[in-house]
Amino acid sequence: MSIDLEQFHDIFFQESEEALDAMEQTLLAIDASGLDEEGINTIFRVAHSIKGGAATFGFSELTSFTHTMETLLDMVRSGKVRLSSGETDLLLRSVDAMRELLSAARSRQNPDPTRFTGIQSEFARRIAEANGDAPAPAADKVSAASSPAATSGRWIVRIAPRIDLLRKGNDPLCLINELAGLGESSVRVDAASVPPLADMDPQVCYMQWTVELQADVVRADIEQIFSWIGDEAEIAIEEPITQESSFEEETQRPADESTKQAAPAAAAPAAPAVPAPVAAAPAETPRPHSESTSIRVSIEKLDELINTVGELVITQSMLSQLAASIGDHRNDDLKNGLSQLERQMRALQESVMRVRMFPISFVFNRFPRMVRDLGARLGKHVELKMTGEQTELDKTVLEKIGDPLVHLVRNSIDHGIESPETRAANGKSDTGTIHLNAYHKGGNITVEIIDDGAGLNRERILAKARERGLIGPDEEPSDERVNNLIFHPGFSTAEEVSDVSGRGVGMDVVRRNIAELGGNVQVFSSLGKGSTVRIRLPLTLAILDGQLVRVGKEVYVIPLVSIVETIQMRRDQVSSIAGGAELFRLRDEYIPIIRLYDLFGIEPDSTELFRGLLTIVESDGRRAGILVDELLAQQQVVIKSLEANFRQLPGLSGATMLGDGHVALILDIPGLMASFESEGGRPGLSRSAA
Amino acid sequence: MSSSASSAVESNSFVDGTGGPLEAVQQCLTFFCAGEEYGIDILRVQEIKGWSGVTSVPRTPEYVLGVMNLRGVIVPVINLRRRFGLEARDFDASTVVVVVRVQMMHGTKTVGIAVDGVSEVCTFSAEAVTSPPRTGGRTEQAFASGLATVDGRMVTILDIDTLIVSALEDF
Repeated sequence: MSIDLEQFHDIFFQESEEALDAMEQTLLAIDASGLDEEGINTIFRVAHSIKGGAATFGFSELTSFTHTMETLLDMVRSGKVRLSSGETDLLLRSVDAMRELLSAARSRQNPDPTRFTGIQSEFARRIAEANGDAPAPAADKVSAASSPAATSGRWIVRIAPRIDLLRKGNDPLCLINELAGLGESSVRVDAASVPPLADMDPQVCYMQWTVELQADVVRADIEQIFSWIGDEAEIAIEEPITQESSFEEETQRPADESTKQAAPAAAAPAAPAVPAPVAAAPAETPRPHSESTSIRVSIEKLDELINTVGELVITQSMLSQLAASIGDHRNDDLKNGLSQLERQMRALQESVMRVRMFPISFVFNRFPRMVRDLGARLGKHVELKMTGEQTELDKTVLEKIGDPLVHLVRNSIDHGIESPETRAANGKSDTGTIHLNAYHKGGNITVEIIDDGAGLNRERILAKARERGLIGPDEEPSDERVNNLIFHPGFSTAEEVSDVSGRGVGMDVVRRNIAELGGNVQVFSSLGKGSTVRIRLPLTLAILDGQLVRVGKEVYVIPLVSIVETIQMRRDQVSSIAGGAELFRLRDEYIPIIRLYDLFGIEPDSTELFRGLLTIVESDGRRAGILVDELLAQQQVVIKSLEANFRQLPGLSGATMLGDGHVALILDIPGLMASFESEGGRPGLSRSAA
Repeated sequence: MSSSASSAVESNSFVDGTGGPLEAVQQCLTFFCAGEEYGIDILRVQEIKGWSGVTSVPRTPEYVLGVMNLRGVIVPVINLRRRFGLEARDFDASTVVVVVRVQMMHGTKTVGIAVDGVSEVCTFSAEAVTSPPRTGGRTEQAFASGLATVDGRMVTILDIDTLIVSALEDF
């Protein structure tokens, strides 16, 4: 019977990915502030623990890769290799390579060798170079000369596993193999405590081993092999004093180290490169040590908890309304109790919501690397400033905002920030600044991308828009409208298409992605001074800021973020075109009027346009007016799924419970506009399958 | 191996506990709709609620009354008379919503069925249920899985999965 190691795979992948994120950040910090011991140790630990896990689970490519990497890092630790900016680049690329190897392992595919062998042999070359520099000519083992204490080269290692060793997913064979990889070894097993088969627990390790090792290593090298075992085994490492080395030097070498030997000791001294001229901003403050205690909980469990609390809030508000309607002095105690309950419920809801919240630094953290790489590639000097990284938002929002932000920052570097020469010619400092800023504002999160680059060129955008017929030849649109043109699909003013941007795809996708999250995006720009993209996002996807509207007897919720304004129409503002479509003139544009009662087949107070109100909504840059009878309250509503027990319905994005316990449907504005456009506002019920 | 053995013991003790015979029995909740009595497998019934109104949902067939709030969960309510293609009637004090759990392609759903009134819970052996004769024509026969006789009355046992799946998906 073998232990099912696969149950540990997910944990290994998760932990490794987190470790790689930590490693990337440390590397970037080194890049900016120079080498420090703690940073190197962090990186080393990451490589080492991934190596340990990979070896246990049999991901051989990953094991071999991390092994080589670890070797180089160890040389950095012992001061044999200086970590110049060149090495940082290499290590950063190795983070990417390890990510790929991990994801290949996760999807059980063979990794693409071109993605990592190059880096691995680069490691090997540097190791060989450094070894070539080292005083001991025959030194090929990393730390051979690194320890001042001379070693006899003979070690006795006793491994006494505790009861949990196997259960925690550790394989003693891996350890012994790793030891054997250090040099000549012989292993003795002590199986005295193995019980009769009937009493044996297959997940308990009953055996102990004594490994006699002949290797030119220091104690730390052996200790490292066991460092990720933790407390699960007792390890005793002894070095017998009297011993004349009778072993041949380096007779055997495990296959995975062959790459190291492949590179001959071409004793070209590794010229310590000067730090790269283009550097991302140095971290303003040293990164705080993030050693908080935490537990892993599945998202489903959390969502269940959040849902239950949401229901409690509704029940509580129903009770409060009920108590208020009783209106009797004897109920004062009841009312006091209920208002206390309300406060506590709010506190509970807030803390439960916060469980899903993560600081936006999770997304921001990828930018120092990106700005650095991209700036270097485009020959631009870019400084990245980040503020408000601790602003928290919902994990789902966080996951989906990453790509749009990457796109926007990339755009800023490519189109916004000018080349150093242009900047100097315009009297600006030759280093451009991109400022990422996040903050809370009125139940929303605002994220800004501010650059001090060239800004949007109104004339060029306008010319392009006229050329494409988006703007009439005689029209003089507002700045806001011109700036919004960059979100038009396929719109680009870039004179040449680069592989970074300029194809005109992207900004429309950015806006659509943000809209899907229930947010919106605005652009402000000043020619020659820079531009600001401001994204407004909801704190969470579970709650929505809604405007309650009434049509006849029905109450609907319109997401506040889609609403531009609500107006009472005048007769002279309405006209109709052939086919019966009614248009409302809102300042300089004509927008279609959606008679909601018609589309939904319900009885309104009045079918007269001028008795109702027109709520102007916007989706994907297009506007429409929704005719309603009355505006009711604005309130935050908890979004409930219609699909869970029913099905997806066109024009509706969900439902919510009102304070009186009744259900109100939430309108899906993009969907509503789409069905209005496809059906042309045809009255009556649609019975066709959506 | 050990788990299957223990479950066999459990099911034995269950039959012994009820004191019933070892043959299959079926318990049904029966209710009235347009003067006729129908039965639903009691294991599918989650609860019975008095009629307290629903929020109508636009652009759905007439037999979909709307959605209701069942302790914080949105549940659709089907009008059984309409589903059978019969004339709707005003809801009154005896109108109830039978909340059932149905098996859909992707998991279970909770759905309410508005009926004229509930009758009783009756138990009968599997042999007492006959398959419905093919008479053609009426919609409800597509949803009948069998006929049973209880105290001289005929009860139509409904195939609740077919009934609800078709109601939620065929439009």
